Amino acid sequence: MTAVEDPAAPDTPVQMAPAKEVGQARRRKEDARLITGETQWTDNIVLPGMLHMAMLRSPVAHARITHLDVSAAKDRPNVVAVYTGADFAEEQGSLPCAWPVTPDMVNPGHPSIAVDQVNHVGEAVAVVVARTRTAAADALEAIDVDYEPLPVVLDMEQAVQAGSPLVHDSISSNTSYHFVFDAGEAGTGADTDQAFADAEVTVSRRFVQQRLIPAFMEPRSVVVQPTRDNYTMWSATQIPHVLRVMAAMVTGIPEHKLRVIAPDVGGGFGGKLQVNPEEILALLVARRLGRPVKWTETRGESLMAAHHGRDQVQFIDVAADREGNVKGLRCRILADMGAYLRLITPGVPVLGAFMFPGIYKFPAYRFECDGVFTNKVPTDAYRGAGRPEATFAIERIMDELAAELGMDPLELRRKNWIGAEEFPFTTVAGLEYDSGDYAQATEQALELIGYDELRAEQQRRRESNDPVQLGIGFSTFTEMCGLAPSRVLGSLAYGAGGWESASIRMLPTGKVEVVTGSTPHGQGHETAWSQLVADQLGVPFEDVEVLHGDTAISSRGMDTYGSRSLVVGGTAVVKAAEKVVQKARAIAAHLLEASEDDLEFTGGKFSVKGTPGTGIGIQEVALAVFAAHDYPEGIEPTIDAEATYDPVNFSFPHGTHICAMEVDTETGFVKIRKYASVDDVGTIVNPLIVEGQMHGGLAQGIAQALYEEAIYDADGNLTTGSFVDYLLPSAADLPHFDTGNTVHPAPGNPIGAKGVGEAGCIASTPAVVNAALDAVRHLGVTDIRMPLTPERVWRAMHQGGDGGDRAAATSNAQGVTSSEAATASVTEGDQQ
Amino acid sequence: MTQINVRVDGESYTDDVEPRTLLVHYLREQLGKVGTVVGCDTSNCGACTVHLDGQAVKSCTVLAVQADGSQVTTIEGIAGEGIGGTLHPVQRAFHEMHGLQCGFCTPGMIMASIDLLKENPDPSETEVREGIEGNLCRCTGYQNIVRAVQQAAAEMRGAAPGDPDTSPAAVDTAAAEHVVAQS
Ligand code: FES
Ligand code: FES
Repeated sequence: MTAVEDPAAPDTPVQMAPAKEVGQARRRKEDARLITGETQWTDNIVLPGMLHMAMLRSPVAHARITHLDVSAAKDRPNVVAVYTGADFAEEQGSLPCAWPVTPDMVNPGHPSIAVDQVNHVGEAVAVVVARTRTAAADALEAIDVDYEPLPVVLDMEQAVQAGSPLVHDSISSNTSYHFVFDAGEAGTGADTDQAFADAEVTVSRRFVQQRLIPAFMEPRSVVVQPTRDNYTMWSATQIPHVLRVMAAMVTGIPEHKLRVIAPDVGGGFGGKLQVNPEEILALLVARRLGRPVKWTETRGESLMAAHHGRDQVQFIDVAADREGNVKGLRCRILADMGAYLRLITPGVPVLGAFMFPGIYKFPAYRFECDGVFTNKVPTDAYRGAGRPEATFAIERIMDELAAELGMDPLELRRKNWIGAEEFPFTTVAGLEYDSGDYAQATEQALELIGYDELRAEQQRRRESNDPVQLGIGFSTFTEMCGLAPSRVLGSLAYGAGGWESASIRMLPTGKVEVVTGSTPHGQGHETAWSQLVADQLGVPFEDVEVLHGDTAISSRGMDTYGSRSLVVGGTAVVKAAEKVVQKARAIAAHLLEASEDDLEFTGGKFSVKGTPGTGIGIQEVALAVFAAHDYPEGIEPTIDAEATYDPVNFSFPHGTHICAMEVDTETGFVKIRKYASVDDVGTIVNPLIVEGQMHGGLAQGIAQALYEEAIYDADGNLTTGSFVDYLLPSAADLPHFDTGNTVHPAPGNPIGAKGVGEAGCIASTPAVVNAALDAVRHLGVTDIRMPLTPERVWRAMHQGGDGGDRAAATSNAQGVTSSEAATASVTEGDQQ
Repeated sequence: MTQINVRVDGESYTDDVEPRTLLVHYLREQLGKVGTVVGCDTSNCGACTVHLDGQAVKSCTVLAVQADGSQVTTIEGIAGEGIGGTLHPVQRAFHEMHGLQCGFCTPGMIMASIDLLKENPDPSETEVREGIEGNLCRCTGYQNIVRAVQQAAAEMRGAAPGDPDTSPAAVDTAAAEHVVAQS
């Protein structure tokens, strides 16, 4: 997959105005309503006559439904209707999967509500519609279901064996697809098997990327209002535009009759990048009843039935010579799809497929991945989607190779990474890395964390045989952002493009409305886009209003994920602004009785060159075209403009993350002493927002290393089904982060931005695990399975291996956990 | 149905509620006080935190009937009245320090932080982290929330020096003159 050169080159390069707003730590516009409770969450919406839906969900992982009686539930007070899969079997179609990653990928189809078989715990089997939320929930207990159990498939390595029980007996195996990228075959590298045959040193490891839960704080919620043949859907979604197209195709509601609105959305992290079964069911129920319906999930439902993330078993082989020059990389991946393919379930590992070589100059590379069905809730995007998995594998195996060679892990990295002078650099996976300086970021990070003192302390503790050992772990990473060039997506069989759209409306009073197709849910678009437009149009920051998340307002959009918003959506905004200036120039020239060529545009004002101080402001031009009394012949009286930007390449943020970790060798307790990161995300539009994105990403990446794991028991029950058991870190569980930046603007877009949303989450996990291993490697430990619970760390030190499986969530306790603390505070303080 | 009398954000309400109704559902569904939100069903997340007679409580762990005769303050009741009303110093600090992203945890975080500062007007970073441990945020990584709480603490100490027992209400008034409406 290489960046596609655009033969027609339709885009003349856009000129950025001198940065006045861009680069400022503007406080966020969106905060005003969020800190005062005036936010519009989907669950706040109340409509006249609105009904409430509640789902009966399967308590078993794999079974035939042999009997389903809802009559008693229908008789419950205030219940309006009860539906089962049979009621919608004809019209529910299949939830969409937009990414058939191979031509022969098997997709068994995904009903929104089970018809005669359930394939994971939490799958909806009936839906109650009632006048109140509580009446709907109460009636669930009156539904009578009999299940005939089928063998449960949970373990991927067993599921791919011949003779394994099948998740879907309509298909012949549990393998959905086999995806291969071979650099030798693609012509981007040497023959991998040969590289391994010739290698002086090889290291092989099996890494487990545990299953995670996105766990956005706002539970999913949807409201549908039908008005005859028109439908308005409000949903707590990252993707109102994509959802509209997909929901129209699934339900047969014509696209122009369906409006989708994402009001304020409380986080997503990929977890709300989905066309949810419940969204489709809300549409089907509203259509059937002709009345508005609402569904808001409980946290228990969210953890059980909203899609999960990660969940790979990775077999990684690296080949090198004895001096530490890497020669080849081979990755075999088993990726757990869960029971069905949702929107981009199969594509997540493919997003990582090109990133396993990381920042290193591997001459040979081969990647293969099996997508495997199991009786669990489907996996799909979670912050980083594929790239954290790849980064973890390469950054962990580099440490293992260093240990094998007896080399310093940083020295090994330096020896093999792409030099600053080598950009743009085409990798063995065929990607063209755009810009950066890995050495510079590393030097800054070493200084930030106080590396030499930490190494000295490590030495002291080692020599004195201190029960608390210190380790230092690195992650020198890059990621692929700015999703995505549409032609590249096409070459990967993805079902849509990767462009973004924006339009700018100049109001008569000179105020500016910016409509963006990118849909924020915490990222601060309203602020950053205002900064971009303020600079480009020379208008005050306060005069700009950013509109988003409503298909009736922003008709075109590809929404928000993959660190794409600023890189792609921001560029569309800049291009639209440039068109506004172009249109305004013609009007201004007319009004000033000058030639367009003689006009200059600075600080929001057109003036004849050499006569500063005279002229007309762009905001005055807006009023002039509104009145339209005097404008040139042959042009339209408007300066509004629209632009669509399709990137020509990905962008490649990079950085160096360093974790210093204390490991108590007696208890297995691990504690991050210090964490420093220096990231290059290209040009920074708002340093406050960038820092916030880094912090949030770091928290989630560290949480994967230390705390989080979705665990199913042997019957396929999710035992981490509440925040008591699924351990989201609290403020007390996380360290202080020291963050910094280097700035190498992305050459691929006029802003120079590379994307920041996922960086922290992608980079941090291996730094943390490498740090723990660095603390205890001298005790013979070479791997510890994530999350690094005290039990696992202790076992790895005292019993060998990687610490093994956790039988149940109860072994998750680590120090004072957020769940313990919360429970304690409830019993002590809150029950009054 | 049981009749309750409550004062919420300075207004009096008399309502019939089901005995099982949680305070948070009463606030949201009967009073339309939707600034307070629900993030979990196991009292872990703190998104629903309000003040009940001046004490921070998770309103999903309190029955509406338990609030009978009480004063409830929500996120909607801590700023001055009306559009452009003066913000509480903690609200202002969350904005200044970028202590929020999606904002879903924010009402609960702010209400918990106000309570924390009442107990400890000059908390260290560790004390803030431990003090807000019962409130989960998935977006910020907490660092800027900690900064915000410390900044608000400094401002509130400046406003009411040497008065460790300052109640949130008193602080509201005391700090109000130092707080300008948010632009
Ligand atoms: S909703 Fe009350 S603690 Fe989560
Ligand atoms: S700001 Fe999103 S959960 Fe805290």
